[in-house]
Amino acid sequence: MIYRETGQFRTSYAEDQAIFRLRQDKIGIAVILAIAWIGIPFIADEYLLRAILIPFLILAIAAIGLNLLLGYCGQISLGTGAFMAIGAYAAYNLALRLPALPLLLDFLLAGLIAAAVGVVFGLPSLRIKGLYLAVATLAAQFFADWAFLRVPWFTNYTPSGSVTAPPLDFFGWVADTPREKYFVCLAFACLTALLAKNLVRSRIGRCWMAIRDMDIAAEIIGIRPMTAKLSAFAVSSFVAGGAGVLWAFVHLGSWEPLAFSIDMSFRLLFMVIIGGMGSILGSFLGAAFITVLPIFLNQVPALVGIQLSTAMVSHLEFMIFGTLIVLFLIWEPHGLARLWQIGKEKMRLWPFPY
Amino acid sequence: MAELGPLFEVVLGGLMSGVLYALVALGFVLIFKASGVFNFAQGAMVLFAALSLVRLAEWLSFPFAFLLTIVIMIAVAWTIERLVLRPLVGQHGLILFMATIGVTFFLDGFGQTIWGSNVYQLDLGIPASPWFLAESLFPGGILVSPIDVFAAAIAGALVLALSIFFHSTKIGRALRAVADDHQAALSVGIPLHRIWLIVWSTAGIVALVAGMAWGSKLGVQFSLSLVALKALPVLILGGLTSIPGAIVGGLIVGAGEKLAEFYIGPSIGGGIEYWFAYVLALAILLVRPQGLFGEKIIERV
Amino acid sequence: MLTTAPPRPAQPAAARRRRAIGDVLLAVENISLRFGGVRALTDVSFDIRKGEIRAIIGPNGAGKSSMLNVINGFYHPQEGRILWKGRARPRMRPHEAAAGGIARTFQNIALFKGMSTLDNIMTGRILKMRASFIEQALWIGRGRSEELRERAFVERILDFLEITHIRHSPVGTLPYGLQKRVELARAIAMEPELLLLDEPMAGMNLEEKEDMCRFILDVNEEFGTTVALIEHDMSVVMDISDRVVVLDYGKLLADGTPDQVRNDPAVVAAYLGVAHG
Repeated sequence: MIYRETGQFRTSYAEDQAIFRLRQDKIGIAVILAIAWIGIPFIADEYLLRAILIPFLILAIAAIGLNLLLGYCGQISLGTGAFMAIGAYAAYNLALRLPALPLLLDFLLAGLIAAAVGVVFGLPSLRIKGLYLAVATLAAQFFADWAFLRVPWFTNYTPSGSVTAPPLDFFGWVADTPREKYFVCLAFACLTALLAKNLVRSRIGRCWMAIRDMDIAAEIIGIRPMTAKLSAFAVSSFVAGGAGVLWAFVHLGSWEPLAFSIDMSFRLLFMVIIGGMGSILGSFLGAAFITVLPIFLNQVPALVGIQLSTAMVSHLEFMIFGTLIVLFLIWEPHGLARLWQIGKEKMRLWPFPY
Repeated sequence: MAELGPLFEVVLGGLMSGVLYALVALGFVLIFKASGVFNFAQGAMVLFAALSLVRLAEWLSFPFAFLLTIVIMIAVAWTIERLVLRPLVGQHGLILFMATIGVTFFLDGFGQTIWGSNVYQLDLGIPASPWFLAESLFPGGILVSPIDVFAAAIAGALVLALSIFFHSTKIGRALRAVADDHQAALSVGIPLHRIWLIVWSTAGIVALVAGMAWGSKLGVQFSLSLVALKALPVLILGGLTSIPGAIVGGLIVGAGEKLAEFYIGPSIGGGIEYWFAYVLALAILLVRPQGLFGEKIIERV
Repeated sequence: MLTTAPPRPAQPAAARRRRAIGDVLLAVENISLRFGGVRALTDVSFDIRKGEIRAIIGPNGAGKSSMLNVINGFYHPQEGRILWKGRARPRMRPHEAAAGGIARTFQNIALFKGMSTLDNIMTGRILKMRASFIEQALWIGRGRSEELRERAFVERILDFLEITHIRHSPVGTLPYGLQKRVELARAIAMEPELLLLDEPMAGMNLEEKEDMCRFILDVNEEFGTTVALIEHDMSVVMDISDRVVVLDYGKLLADGTPDQVRNDPAVVAAYLGVAHG
């Protein structure tokens, strides 16, 4: 009853193509944005911002990147962590060696560099598919791991291997409190979500989905598989690179190559699978889940009186992630996003059964 | 001739570790050949088997622990087949692959929850001190580790047995049918689920043997699971469906890694082993998208 | 009286035609295609004229789909050549064929199962859309205007093929007959000069076949699209096609008007058997 569509007529194609078609959806997103931009900064304490919201936002951005490649274009990649690393180190070196450039430009260039490398490591996708492609992306991951560990130029010859990000100075305004950092991440997250959503409902998004669904048929419509796949790799790596910069500069502050190891790649894969492949909302839901679960595992057992060691928590995380992946793949391969959609459908009809 | 001594040593050592990679790869090939599923969890199975064995052997006699571990691995296989594979019959390969990634993480966590996450020594009673071969030809002889020789022998025997099994027996033929098309195999009356159980159990036992070999070499610890990742380039080179291919692939990767480290390593800062196998696989794939021994993929419209 | 054929129209195809049949659009010359030891096509030559409806018939395995795949650029013949608008095309890839004006449907329906009807047909308009990456990402300029323009165009096709009611349905959930119609819509959306249809009426009931015939004829008459179709239903073939090519075991058996082909003794012996209808 509440979520009805009746009375809402779309009188132009433009209205039908809009991202949020129903009035309720428009109100809903407005509320969420209000909470995010106005509500949270006032209410949230430093811990919430620093440990939960900031990583959530950044991981959501990275998950959008992977989702574009895997969920929309169907190309499996186990090397997203590598592209985050490339973005982070690129931005670091740019800021270090070309201090005259404004930080935002460093971010942009880092993303472009990650995109370029993404295209190179995406070239095999033109000839190999599925599983073999997964292995090829692992090559990117391990090569990047090694490069940032063993090639001292990347880390400016530090003996410890760990580097520190420059201050977040955006044209004079320095983001150094958690609240300010939160705004930076929120801004990037909203921007990424909007750009991604625009892309997937445009021509290029359709090309990607066509390749995903049946790449042979895609060719007969005139889609060049090379262009479609490489563009997916490029955009995905750009976004992942950007997320990497944020992760390193805003969340971690100082980091070493291990921060972007294969562990990160698998986490992102989980987010996309559990959150929903082929869904921008799903990227956010998956990121939220992955961010909240360890906290949950840390706090809740203690409330019930069970003490868990950190190692145990980590093992439990593994087990829960693994179980959830299998469960979701069996019951709802389209993840939380689809469950959300089903929920909305039920709301449209409530209280009627059909 | 004497100057080639170090080279031979490196190659021999590489070939030996290649055999160990092949052992892990065998498990992958078995399952893929029989069920068309790429079992990413093979590495976790290796770790789980090794952990079980090592910890059980702390309380029970070794042969007893060994038998019990086999039972455990069969139970693991049964669980995976029942809970993960059966509900996903006929689904897209990518879905199954991701399901096995889920299983990997579950097994990793579960194994360490039950058996603990320390490094455990696995003592198989094989002499640890190296043998020196051909001392007459090369000063000091060529260093060979007995464990590697042992593993090579076991792997060779396993390969032979499995190859015969697949080609000559009724079950072997059934397995090949299943790998081709699940639904079709079901419709001609092949007991799909029993077949899968057999195959996964076999893969579990292969995992145990691999776990023993690697465990005695490196100690039983979490990183064993990552060794499995190294088996992926082996599979690329050898093809996912070829048992002899897994061996050849393993040998190439093992020897190649060590050689690359030996020759190129010093000039770029070392640690080449980390990625060499993958880049090699990548290069091969660019030329032959189906791997060195794999079947050519023909798309019909 | 029950018949298995769609009701015969008042006049045969040629007389109904409002557009004249023009020059040769596509010429197939001495095409031979082999897969390993299997000869799919042997020395096949025929042509397709602009504006006509050309049927390709023959028993199963005769090489009909392979022939379409060669025209389309999926398979590359070992011998022979294809002339498109008078010019030979060496080793053309399918997307080049598409850009050149050739559209295609498939026997087994090659729709994008993860997308809706509307999106599937919109993919047919991809070659006509020129917006740059930035315009698409920011939904400005051509990014926006092209989407709306093409949406309007696709809506006209939805209307034409009477599938407006399923525009937002995921194609995977549609019944077989409607999926085939959506596939046809996608092919038409490309505004092709030559439309290749691979068994467009397979698996359809009588009513669906009538509808499909009507659509094919409409596309041909209203848009002037040349059509080459593979079809097994002989009454359909005799009814709507201007000329027929008969293949058997990869070789050309006959080439002519429906009446000529129907009476050709070689064709009768190999294929037609007892005439129906």
